[in-house]
Amino acid sequence: MEQYFVLKKKSFNDFVSTMAKKQKVVAPIEKGNNQYAFEEVKSGDEIATGYIPTILPPKKYFMPQNETIAKFDISSGQNMEPVVEYEKMTIFGVRTCDLAGIQCLNMVFSDRPRDLNYLIRKNEITIVGFECNDYCDEYASCRLVHNHTPNGGYDLFFTDLGDKFIVHVNTLAGEEIIGQSNVFEKASDQDIKMLNILRTKKREIFAKNEVPIEHENIPGLFDKSYNSKVWEELEKKCVACGNCTNVCPSCYCFDVVDEPNLDLKTGRRSRKWDSCQHETFAKVAGGESFREERGARQRHRYFRKFKYPMDKFSRFFCTGCGRCSRTCMAGINLKETLTVLVEEHGMKNPNAGEVRIG
Amino acid sequence: MKSLKVKDSEYDIKKAKILKAKMLTSMEKYFEIALPGGESLDHEPGQFVEVSLLGIGEAPISISSSPTKLGSFELVVRNVGKLTAALHKLEAGAEVGIRGPFGKGFPVRILEGNDLLFIAGGLGIVPLRSLINFVIDNRRDFGKVSILLGCKSPKDLLFGNELEQWGKRLDVNFNCTVDNADPDWKGNVGLITKLIPGIDLDPERTFGVVCGPPIMYKFVIKELVKKKIPDRQVLVSLERHMKCGLGKCGHCQINGVYCCQDGPVFSYDRIKNIPEAL
Repeated sequence: MEQYFVLKKKSFNDFVSTMAKKQKVVAPIEKGNNQYAFEEVKSGDEIATGYIPTILPPKKYFMPQNETIAKFDISSGQNMEPVVEYEKMTIFGVRTCDLAGIQCLNMVFSDRPRDLNYLIRKNEITIVGFECNDYCDEYASCRLVHNHTPNGGYDLFFTDLGDKFIVHVNTLAGEEIIGQSNVFEKASDQDIKMLNILRTKKREIFAKNEVPIEHENIPGLFDKSYNSKVWEELEKKCVACGNCTNVCPSCYCFDVVDEPNLDLKTGRRSRKWDSCQHETFAKVAGGESFREERGARQRHRYFRKFKYPMDKFSRFFCTGCGRCSRTCMAGINLKETLTVLVEEHGMKNPNAGEVRIG
Repeated sequence: MKSLKVKDSEYDIKKAKILKAKMLTSMEKYFEIALPGGESLDHEPGQFVEVSLLGIGEAPISISSSPTKLGSFELVVRNVGKLTAALHKLEAGAEVGIRGPFGKGFPVRILEGNDLLFIAGGLGIVPLRSLINFVIDNRRDFGKVSILLGCKSPKDLLFGNELEQWGKRLDVNFNCTVDNADPDWKGNVGLITKLIPGIDLDPERTFGVVCGPPIMYKFVIKELVKKKIPDRQVLVSLERHMKCGLGKCGHCQINGVYCCQDGPVFSYDRIKNIPEAL
């Protein structure tokens, strides 16, 4: 039996502050210029309402940008102790695109050989999802990859019903949060009905894909797209800054770097985000670079979202969040790129979707 | 933020000791290395290890010795980067960190009973040597063995004494060529691809095993295909930057495959339709 609770909006502050007393809570806060970021909050009024995808996805908590994976001391030989850095926390306000991003990372890091650092950290994190009742902006393509509605991956899931939230309890951890404060009430039949009405309305808002192609035809599109002209176009535009991969909720490539302390004996081995968009990424010590051109590196990024993970994990690694397009200094736009591919291969289907590039 | 010691971390290193270190050429240094307590590395020919010097970094290095050599293993390292430069300063007695072995090596069970044609260019002899010596140590399990070796000039030849031994054996057909000869050189001069047409082989039961610089593969494979060796019997070992060895970091990715886990040894059949492979 599915469990739903409701939380009146006037009790939201109480709920967040009670939760924040027990453990660290992070949530989207407004940074100005329509930019949002996940940061620690103590009360509900710090949390932004109506936020678009945050600058960085919640990936930064699961896979920190700079993480110590070992401490070393070479004063008497090669002595190293592998470590994991973790923190118990609740992430509040994870959009459905970002829930999908976390699911992608879970797959990668639990695939053998498993990554214990990631898995230990993940177990300490409670996830509270938050539904989008409408599009965030014109960059999103969540309908195309079926992430505009929740597909699991959360402990609790909030949906805004006007003067209250309806909350789906998905796990025991979620149930514990509900139990921590006395501000939740069991959802009535009427509340469930309101949720269903909202979801029906959403089906109209998200009626068509953001790119004129059927979801199931995307793998076929990419099978044909390796030698497309579009990569030459991206070659001319891309500045190889790596912003697109940094903000991507499912990009997980990293570098491993040693950082000695000033005593030159002790130090840390750390893992840092890296980007396949950088020229040095696929370079070997002898000097050969195996992905020298920016167009080839952009193609690699797209194929890592739509083709390779489909072959390996049977899912797209594009979550439709739109961050890569929103952040690109050169104006490379995912919806545009896909639309060019669709048209190039005569796979355009106006009934499946329409381009709404703002 | 809490920090906890992780047991069984894939990033843990074994403290290994350098037993012997020797410059082979001006650029390449040989190391014989033992794991703690005489533990065996238990590798397959063609696999690689991640070598660490804490504070400097870690790099993937091919294992050059055969698993039939017990108690220690051998690496040959070219001085080309930060870690390899630091390794070159080490002598016998020094400690290094080892992770691995990693990757898919040569399919030795499948090779048994077949003829083998080894083709090594430059440093390619380093990983290939792990299989060549394995085959020589289990000689009766294999058919005809031919080795073609090419390098820039005679002074770049690695494992000189060993090559001489291979050359003397009646059960190994050894041939060597250099791009630029010096006055003392008595062997072949020219590209390694020139040696392939003259080889007498039975394509049905021959495996071509190729390792060398990226530029070499296309030309060598073309010659082997001309010899009618089936694509699945052409084996190559690919070089990429295998940073983590765990199929995660992305550096060694070749289209959809991770060189560190799915390779570094691939059959031509497997990679001929992977555009980034060759």
